[in-house]
Amino acid sequence: MSGQAHNTDSQAETGQQERKELRAYGWGIGLALLLTVVPFGLVQWMAMPRFTLLIVIGAFALVQMLVHFRCFLHIGLRQKREDLQLILFSALLLTIMVAGTIWIMASLATRMAMPGSP
Amino acid sequence: MSIAALFDHPLGRLQWSSLPFWDMLQHPTKGNIINGVIATGAASLVVVGAIALVLVLTRYKLWRPLWSDWVTSPDHKKIGIMYIVIALVMLARALIEAVLMRAQQAFGLGGGFLSPDHFAQLFSTHGTIMIFFMAMPFLTGVINYVMPLQIGARDVSFPVLNSISLGLTAAGAALVMVSLVIGKFSTGGWFGYPPYTEANFSPGVGPDYWIWALSLAGLGATLTGINFAVTIYRERAPGMTLMRMPLFTWTALCTAIIMIFAMPPLTVATAQLALDRYLGFHYFTNDLGGNMMNFANLFWLFGHPEVYILILPAFGVYSETISTFSGKALFGYRSLVMATMVIALLSFTVWLHHFFTMGQDANINAVFGIASMLIGIPTGVKIYDWMWTMFRGRVRLTVPMIYALGFIVLFVLGGMSGILLANPTIDYQVHNTVFLVAHFHNVAVPGVLFGMLSAYHFWFPKAFGFRLNERWGMISALCWIFGFIGAFFPLYALGLMGLPRRTVAYTEARYVPLEWVAFLGALLILAALLALLWQLWVSIRDRDGNRVFVGDPWAGRSLEWSTSAPPPEYNYAVIPVVEDRDTFTRAKEQGRAYQRPDTYVDIELPGNSAMGPAIAAIGFALAFGLVWHIWWLVILAFLAAIASMIVRGFARDTTRIVSAQQVRQEHHRWIDAVAAATAVSRADECKSVNVGLALQEADGVVP
Amino acid sequence: MSPQAAMYQVNKYPGLNLGPGHGQDDEAAATVMFGFWVFLMSDAILFGMVFATYVTSLHGTAGGPGPHDLYDIKSIFIETMLLLASSFTFGMASLALKYKHGRIRLVSWMVVTLVLGIGFLGFELHDFSSMFAHGGVPSRSGFLSAFFDLVPLHGLHVTAGCIWLICLLGQIGRYGLDLKTKLGIMRLALFWHFLDIVWIAIFSVVYLGGLT
Repeated sequence: MSGQAHNTDSQAETGQQERKELRAYGWGIGLALLLTVVPFGLVQWMAMPRFTLLIVIGAFALVQMLVHFRCFLHIGLRQKREDLQLILFSALLLTIMVAGTIWIMASLATRMAMPGSP
Repeated sequence: MSIAALFDHPLGRLQWSSLPFWDMLQHPTKGNIINGVIATGAASLVVVGAIALVLVLTRYKLWRPLWSDWVTSPDHKKIGIMYIVIALVMLARALIEAVLMRAQQAFGLGGGFLSPDHFAQLFSTHGTIMIFFMAMPFLTGVINYVMPLQIGARDVSFPVLNSISLGLTAAGAALVMVSLVIGKFSTGGWFGYPPYTEANFSPGVGPDYWIWALSLAGLGATLTGINFAVTIYRERAPGMTLMRMPLFTWTALCTAIIMIFAMPPLTVATAQLALDRYLGFHYFTNDLGGNMMNFANLFWLFGHPEVYILILPAFGVYSETISTFSGKALFGYRSLVMATMVIALLSFTVWLHHFFTMGQDANINAVFGIASMLIGIPTGVKIYDWMWTMFRGRVRLTVPMIYALGFIVLFVLGGMSGILLANPTIDYQVHNTVFLVAHFHNVAVPGVLFGMLSAYHFWFPKAFGFRLNERWGMISALCWIFGFIGAFFPLYALGLMGLPRRTVAYTEARYVPLEWVAFLGALLILAALLALLWQLWVSIRDRDGNRVFVGDPWAGRSLEWSTSAPPPEYNYAVIPVVEDRDTFTRAKEQGRAYQRPDTYVDIELPGNSAMGPAIAAIGFALAFGLVWHIWWLVILAFLAAIASMIVRGFARDTTRIVSAQQVRQEHHRWIDAVAAATAVSRADECKSVNVGLALQEADGVVP
Repeated sequence: MSPQAAMYQVNKYPGLNLGPGHGQDDEAAATVMFGFWVFLMSDAILFGMVFATYVTSLHGTAGGPGPHDLYDIKSIFIETMLLLASSFTFGMASLALKYKHGRIRLVSWMVVTLVLGIGFLGFELHDFSSMFAHGGVPSRSGFLSAFFDLVPLHGLHVTAGCIWLICLLGQIGRYGLDLKTKLGIMRLALFWHFLDIVWIAIFSVVYLGGLT
């Protein structure tokens, strides 16, 4: 698309772009560290009741996955959307399949009085 | 385990008793002899067929062309044809098994002639083959052949991967065929529920054959799905927006998406069953915390979307044939696209209706029952759209259209029985009876199989350059339709009368008359298959009188008809520019078809690759070694698989160039043929004057 | 050039990309990267199903050892840090490739990633062997079967990633940074980051969830 005339321009642009991406990786590793260390710490020193703890771990995990998608895999909202759509569609199916499985199997476990059923 | 220990049993579990006639010779009772003769006959057919094939290939020096023109070819058209060949061979085997089963049941009052084990093998292989090695290869083959042509592409996105997928499917099919000769196939049905298929209850090789055949086919299907979806997203010709794609391509896209997401649960289920059997894990065992209900859940998480993998491409085919042979644009294109997408999504929300009776909460049953019934809505939309397409159209009753009409009538009935079964309270009454068998054959045969046969007749002239014999096609189609009615409608009644599915024998005399009707129906279906084969033979014999090199024998509407028949390996000399839906019809109306471009350019094509056949051989060796516990073979094949992928990674220069000069020559030869051809009216389309140039007739409805 | 065109020039396709500096190669990458994304999503479903099996088998310990008897949080923490660091170093390798910082820098980051990956596998194998020593063998119970389906499946993926990385180093040595090598590195980057995301789910659901 751009001819020789744009070369210097695009070189400056490229440098800027690179710094931006580097920053993204930096943010990514920083946030990921934080989001990893906190739940590990909570579990190690048992700061709260089990159910709350599970919710917190789950929430931290979800946020950390988003951070990885954003900072490491560069999935954003503003580009061409096809892979975001792909990921969201996959997430929807994954949720249907996993949640459905757990729902069905938990119900079976309860009704059949299997060991450890709630 | 030391290395020497690997060779303690160099043939693993293989023994003389693995051969089908062993029992008959050791214990020559009447029952053993009958079963032994049938099994040996089937095994001999496989062996004789294989030997005959080798002899013919050697006699006519066809090994080299077979290797360089076919098995190593990355051309999507050739891969498509090879898929369909596999499908037809497997169809013949599974259909003969079906006839045997119906015969057994016709004589089944108080006994019959087959042993329960033999009968169980028959229904297990019949189901496994029909789903994984007939329907799947057939639709994959048709999509492979047609879809890239319809979107104006040169090939699929990953041609060598395509060849690998074919190799994996072929290896799985070969494994099922080998199980006829050596050892016995599973007796656990096509969904192989544990704990029956666990090592405790089925210690033989049967379930292992089943596991590895499915694993190979499943992996192949996953890769195919990825390939198709990416192709449709990325390789469309300029101007071919999503909403201008022919409906068959739309259904191919939805099928591909389902393949991508529905195959993994199957892989998990079969892998876990294999771990249970081989390494003593406890996923589905009765003891030590295993839970066999997990398997049912996982299997149907795959199994239900699989149903839509099968049916959607058939819907696409009917959309094409009905529109073409009615001489009208498809009615309600947008609603058909929406319905296809809705079906694809809903297919992931209904899997529990395959095990309503397993014991979960009634509320869960209700949710999944309602979701199952919902699928009737988009399917109904489609049926109405097809009927409106025919309404006031100039309908021509050609063979593909006969299949389509048979489909519409019969599929609605099958769908209705499906809505009945979607109601858990009714399902509780008839579950595990032949009512269910009648239902799913009623959607699978008129739906999937008729669709594929319709596609076979519709696109055959495009693929081979000559039309199929119309008379024998008609005979075959009518035999299929009436044979189907005879074979399966009695099963509805038998199911309501209480006949359980998969019963080798029964004691109720009142079942006998209907069983005989079903048996006669099955014989009629066998006649249909023979007519189909005879039609192929007659058509090849008379091919010179039926050539359609110009490429448009049916006044086609989409891009694939705008190139020669058979198309050149690069599909289009110049990539077409699409300006409308039904783009070829518009081009013909506006006089833009068959143009001679000013310039031609070099075309880059993928080069041949031995990866496909190599992976096929490795996959087969790996699976065979695993089935028979031949550990050295397993290790070798595993290392070979890794090595082949690494070597492929280091391969460079994997493309070749077709020169502009050659493209020009071939294209001009075709355009000259177009100019020399006489256009025929639709009244003459099945006569030998039809060389593939359609007379321009006004498109649209009859006034 | 319109702003839209400028943005399009920067990113021909979403997510990790080779960038306009690579001209024709960037075009070729678009299809391959999209295809690999689709494959990863299929793989994600595979993992999802194995996760579902694990969660539904939690109570199937059949009197055998459970999470508290077997999991070692320190070792898991180290593994997590190693994998996270390797994700970052692969990111640096991607940048070195995209902005053409030369082969040495690229290869060095890749080697660091490989070492971290192998370190992760080493700790994981050590975990498994200590579990075995405590009676935590897969044939002991449904729960342990499910555990040894899920965690080693991820480990096998990492192993495959390491082998792939070594092969890519070989290809760089043999052919330099030609199109096919670049595409390989790009896809492995996706694969590596994806495996790190799966690991988040594993340490949260299996280990932290099991140890609460």
